[in-house]
Amino acid sequence: MQAKQLSVFIENREGRLDEVLAVIKAANVNILSLSLADTSEYGLLRLIVSDPAAADAALKASGFSSMLTDVLVVRLMNKVGSLQAFLSDLAKTEINLEYMYGLTIEKEGKASLVIKASDLAKASEILLKAGAELLTAEDIAKL
Amino acid sequence: MIWNEKMETMSREEMRALQSERLVATVKRVYENVPAYRAKMDAIGLKPEDVKGVEDLTKLPFTTKADLRDNYPFGLFAVPQDEIVRVHASSGTTGKPTVVGYTAKDIEMWSECVARCMTMAGITKKDIIQVAYGYGLFTGGLGAHYGAEHIGATTVPMGTGNTQKLVTLMKDFGATAIACTPSYLLHISEVLKESGEVNDLKLKAAICGAEPWTEEMRLQIEKNLNIHAHDIYGLSEIMGPGVACDCEYHEGLHVCEDYFIPEIISPTTFEPVADGETGELVFTTISKEGLPLIRYRTRDLTSISYGKCKCGRTTCRISRFKGRSDDMLIIRGVNVFPSQVEEALLSIDGVSPHYHIIVDRVNNLDTLEIMVEVDGKFFSDEIKGLEALSVKIGKAVQQMIGLNAKIKLVEPRTIERSMGKAVHVTDKRKLV
Repeated sequence: MQAKQLSVFIENREGRLDEVLAVIKAANVNILSLSLADTSEYGLLRLIVSDPAAADAALKASGFSSMLTDVLVVRLMNKVGSLQAFLSDLAKTEINLEYMYGLTIEKEGKASLVIKASDLAKASEILLKAGAELLTAEDIAKL
Repeated sequence: MIWNEKMETMSREEMRALQSERLVATVKRVYENVPAYRAKMDAIGLKPEDVKGVEDLTKLPFTTKADLRDNYPFGLFAVPQDEIVRVHASSGTTGKPTVVGYTAKDIEMWSECVARCMTMAGITKKDIIQVAYGYGLFTGGLGAHYGAEHIGATTVPMGTGNTQKLVTLMKDFGATAIACTPSYLLHISEVLKESGEVNDLKLKAAICGAEPWTEEMRLQIEKNLNIHAHDIYGLSEIMGPGVACDCEYHEGLHVCEDYFIPEIISPTTFEPVADGETGELVFTTISKEGLPLIRYRTRDLTSISYGKCKCGRTTCRISRFKGRSDDMLIIRGVNVFPSQVEEALLSIDGVSPHYHIIVDRVNNLDTLEIMVEVDGKFFSDEIKGLEALSVKIGKAVQQMIGLNAKIKLVEPRTIERSMGKAVHVTDKRKLV
């Protein structure tokens, strides 16, 4: 029930993000979501894309440091309290949330979140038990 | 003022005769007591009796840092270990340091050399001198210390690392002299100038070494502190600080020639260059007991002049250094080889990434930055993973070279690839 996230290392230099996006575009891969974590000298770009393997290969071929990481993509109702309801179950465990960010808001009142946790298998088990809908790589490719 | 009139002002003929006598004895001694030298000489069919004087010096094989590494730690010592009263160590080209050993007589000789140098700087037994070199395996601290005590000066073993305390004691003790690296003294001088504390000082002389510096830096220090600054040269393999120093005329550094025979060779053909031409400085020690070295290639580029100096000394003078014939860097007085940085990176997980070393001087203090390409195993998709990587690299480098470096993670292919020999260093300091 896991999905693949694409991570790219970029220096804080003008135009670098643009260059990454151009490579992904040239590979004909669609970006569904992204998050940019930054430090004073470099940034870490994390993306959910339609074809992670193709984008990863294209970036590597263009000289970027990129890698694929397993993450959970959770789909939940776009309403007050639904995120908290799911996460409180996780909070009761030893599982640590490394980072999370949102995915494109969908029309039929649902929203998705990307979650990276210290123990993905256990986290997905807990979330499924709580009634969450987890998207797979195939589901994402169809978005 | 001359510390040892006899040795420092003898005629060239007398000096040559003394050097010849000592060289012959040294060659015999290393042939008999150091298997590595015996093997080197046997390999070229040279017998100790073939060396009859200084004129035969060029018949002898060279010694390099690699010989010290290959015979690590004590293999080149020419006396039994129980005759050795002290060891020092400096950076090797890789993880293993270069180890040097001294007999009690060697320490006396070293103190004599430093005493001559301090006298050139006008320091006498009446002075209070702060020794602000590092004490420990590095030869700077203890070398200067013993020399200062030998002339009878009041010696304050400051060491490095506490500038505030150094300045306080400089004022409170009324220190009249200081021994430290030139960049450190320039830094201190600017701080003191700014605070106006220069007027509270009794400082009159400085003896600076362990790193290359320019004439402009020397003049700046003299101006800032209103003192005389002298350049002291040395390297642990030959002895430590005190091999040479400049007198009040600052027209080259007088070599303690009765202990060390200098030569200048071409670093490419290894043949002696014409008098006055620049080349690589080579030393043969002719009095040392613990670790006598034959034709040791210092890798320092300079030239020699043999004319009598206005100060009255007849010892030859080496000019200000013009660089190195290898890739060694001297950062904050510490010898650093790029290969050591590479070895530190390799120690992290067996993969040596592309790297580049940037050395600069900010506010008169050397800075060291190492750019490391984030690629393959050096990549993490979490900031804390990347930060941990920086810290890990920094620690590995610190352990290898003893200096803190700023680690800058960069994208792959950011570091320029060169055809042939990789260029691993950008030195932005203008020291030559």
